[in-house]
Amino acid sequence: MQMKRWRNAWRFLPLLSVIALTLTGCGNEQLTTLLPKGEGSEMQFNLMMLSLYIMIGVFVVVALIYTIVLIRFRRRGESDNEIPEQTEGNVVLEILWTVVPIILLLILAVPTVMATFALDEGTEKVPEGATVVKVTAHQYWWEFEYPDLGVKTSQDLYIPTGERVYFELTSKDVLHSFWVPTLGGKMDTNTATVNKMWLNAQEPGTYYGKCAELCGPSHALMDFKVIAQEKEEFDAWAKSMKEAGSKAATDQAAQGEEIFANSCIGCHAVGADGGNTGPNLTNFGDREKVAGILDHTDENIKAWISNPSDYKPGNNMPAFQDQLNDEELNALVAYLNGLKVEE
Amino acid sequence: MSAHAYKKKNPIWDWLTTVDHKKIGILYLASGAFFFLIGGLEAILLRVQLLYPEFNFVGAETFNQLLTMHGTTMIFLAAMPLIFGFMNAIIPLQIGARDVAFPFLNSLGFWLFSAGGILLNLGWFMGGAADAGWTGYAPLSTTSPGNGVDFYVLGLQVSGIGTLIGGINFLVTIINMRAPGMTFMRMPLFTWSSFITSGLILFAFPALTIGLALLMFDRLFGTQFFAAEAGGNPIIYEHLFWIFGHPEVYILVLPAFGMFSEIIATFARKRLFGYSAMVFATALIGFLGFMVWVHHMFTVGLGPIANSIFAVATMLIAVPTGVKIFNWLFTMWGGKVSFPTANLFAVGFIPSFVLGGMTGVMLSVPPADYQYHDSYFVVAHFHYVIVGGVVFGLFAGMYYWWPKIFGTMLNEVLGKLHFWLFFIGFHLTFFPMHFLGLMGMPRRVYTYLSGQSLDEANFAATIGAFLMGLATIIMVWNIIQTAVKGKKAGNDPWDGRTLEWAISSPAPEYNFAQTPLVRGLDAWWLEKRASNKAMVPAEPLDDIHMPDASILPFLLSLGFFIASLAAIFANWTIAIGGLGVVALAMILRSVIDYHGYHIHKEDLPDEGGEDK
Repeated sequence: MQMKRWRNAWRFLPLLSVIALTLTGCGNEQLTTLLPKGEGSEMQFNLMMLSLYIMIGVFVVVALIYTIVLIRFRRRGESDNEIPEQTEGNVVLEILWTVVPIILLLILAVPTVMATFALDEGTEKVPEGATVVKVTAHQYWWEFEYPDLGVKTSQDLYIPTGERVYFELTSKDVLHSFWVPTLGGKMDTNTATVNKMWLNAQEPGTYYGKCAELCGPSHALMDFKVIAQEKEEFDAWAKSMKEAGSKAATDQAAQGEEIFANSCIGCHAVGADGGNTGPNLTNFGDREKVAGILDHTDENIKAWISNPSDYKPGNNMPAFQDQLNDEELNALVAYLNGLKVEE
Repeated sequence: MSAHAYKKKNPIWDWLTTVDHKKIGILYLASGAFFFLIGGLEAILLRVQLLYPEFNFVGAETFNQLLTMHGTTMIFLAAMPLIFGFMNAIIPLQIGARDVAFPFLNSLGFWLFSAGGILLNLGWFMGGAADAGWTGYAPLSTTSPGNGVDFYVLGLQVSGIGTLIGGINFLVTIINMRAPGMTFMRMPLFTWSSFITSGLILFAFPALTIGLALLMFDRLFGTQFFAAEAGGNPIIYEHLFWIFGHPEVYILVLPAFGMFSEIIATFARKRLFGYSAMVFATALIGFLGFMVWVHHMFTVGLGPIANSIFAVATMLIAVPTGVKIFNWLFTMWGGKVSFPTANLFAVGFIPSFVLGGMTGVMLSVPPADYQYHDSYFVVAHFHYVIVGGVVFGLFAGMYYWWPKIFGTMLNEVLGKLHFWLFFIGFHLTFFPMHFLGLMGMPRRVYTYLSGQSLDEANFAATIGAFLMGLATIIMVWNIIQTAVKGKKAGNDPWDGRTLEWAISSPAPEYNFAQTPLVRGLDAWWLEKRASNKAMVPAEPLDDIHMPDASILPFLLSLGFFIASLAAIFANWTIAIGGLGVVALAMILRSVIDYHGYHIHKEDLPDEGGEDK
């Protein structure tokens, strides 16, 4: 009896997992693929569900036969020595379980191929007036350039809602993959080729983006954000980004601006000025996260500048803990926090 | 036993020089088990690191080394040799042969594999192991600092030559060495699937060899095959890797399918349902396996035409796989199914693998794959396929063939405990991972931030991994117990159906004193039903010619090992010296005549003799 109970125990396992997962729901609504908020992710979600339903149908049939077999055709003890009939097979059954799956797969294949082409639509010849973003992946941050708008930024990707935004994706160092689960699928950023895709956010909001291709020690930390805004709001943002430049509102910030000009500008640009080996910081003060992962607090900014590798192992920014003292760090933080384009 | 008595050798020398397929099988099984334990330990460390969000246990760099070595070890150094172990130990017996076609090459294949395996793992002790993932995508692999990736490239290259040699050997063995009457359509399914696997190895491994060679040139000799800034393109490596990598999945899982076919039929006491459909399904899976590699690359940007074609091709594989599942179910239908540990693993495999197959079809849909790709959904999928398929198969095969290989019985109580803990731990680990992926967790991340609803499922997965670890410890305990004081097994403890159960356990050095005559599918079962106590011999009792043992395969592999290790550290003098050892071993092999030796018929024990 004891044995028998154990034999059936496995059937409750998926159930347990399901219970555990219902407790957590469909995941974080800024991150999950299960609550799609984009045209692309909606199409993808529908196909995921279609394939899942077909597969659950298959699983039910298999599970049914399996259960009957395990209950009805057990050998009952050592004394049960009857030799069963040595059946060779059954042609009708073989045809049945070849043809039915082919039909099921056709039902899946047709919408699959249609959606595959639909998701690629317009990427070769971008429609007139559409927003285009050039995405360049770096170890371990994201650069976003709007060539038509003359705007460059990093880490926070601003897009207008209700329209397809077209992306040209590439990478500066190793392979990465650009993934915004809630809005649409992912696309690799390659070093030798440019990939194209579109995203269409259907409602304003902030969505999480991830790097989905192993790219080094801090692959896990290569997060970014997508900030989807109504068209007018986005246009206003793009306009102020274009006009924005270095600015310091206080004396402390002015001191910070000087430090920035001496120590940081080789890699980091503010507005049009500065290098581009590190993230563009024009709207740094607007960002919710430092380096994509730390909460935006003065302490975290200072800690990051002092020793970036403590937070993103293997990243390319040098440590400034020996170059800058506390006062200088505070000044730099004051300057950086003042770099805002949104009020 | 007396056959061994008059050739007493130093046991270490004997194992280093053996060309007996049964001993080489044991060597493969032992080293595969060793690497399986290492790969498992690596997995446990990975899961501990992911126990809590932002947990710091091993850190990012070590985590990447662990995930790379876990994948590489489990695929190349655990699953492959364990499969080869069973092929060696069982196939010649199943086809009624005295040995494989090329005993010397067989030994060479094993020693090359172990030289490569040790080389791969030496990275841990010499400045860090490989850290670019088991796929080794360029440019991450070509620019990875240190020597870790060099160990990966050269270790895999050396062990890959061993695998290729092994594959060719089994192709020739199965084509040429079958006993009289053992036509192709009378071959046991394990032999059939291993035959197809060997064919896949023959065509798939050269692609890996080329990919690794180009990586090696980029890393060691400064070429720029994969460097975009010099006009190279890393996508080429991805193609080469997956032209090998996808068939590799079938290389691993088809022999496991073969094992299940034998085990399920044996314990249902029924002939395999739809034998010829099973054979054709296996062949079709192998064939289609070469036409679907791009489904690993749907997000690379190859365009909708390529993605659509490979999507449909991938869906097609579900058809022959489904055929197999239903045939297994109907083999049990109407049977008298008993459940020793071997069959528990086989029966537990069915629902587990069906789940892996379901997600496989889901992954074949490119638009949906744009979401699943490189997320934990994929991690869940391939562990359902590889653990649920291959590892369950290897465990089932271990409990099933242990008596034939070692002559003792594994403990059934410990075996059942092993099964249940492993089965529960397996589903607890990998089932939640589907949802982790769908909820936005990429794979190969050393940590995840809190507040993203990923905490609970990760915690559950780690607990499951501990259960699998515990199950493995119980298995090891069972093996130790059995080695020390295992119960003696009879020749045919399971009422088997195939030829290996017609001879003593373990099989004598020469396998069959007289080559048996095969009179149908399930040859031994047929004879038993006809109340025969032994197979009908196909030849008179005569002296048996045996191949000579040789140390040359070991030396040749040692030469490759030295050359590779020296090349990693750019010590070209020693590297050329190592290749010199290789050349010397090859020359010696060419000039020395190996005549073999005879076991005289007077020395054969009675049990192997004619029917009395």
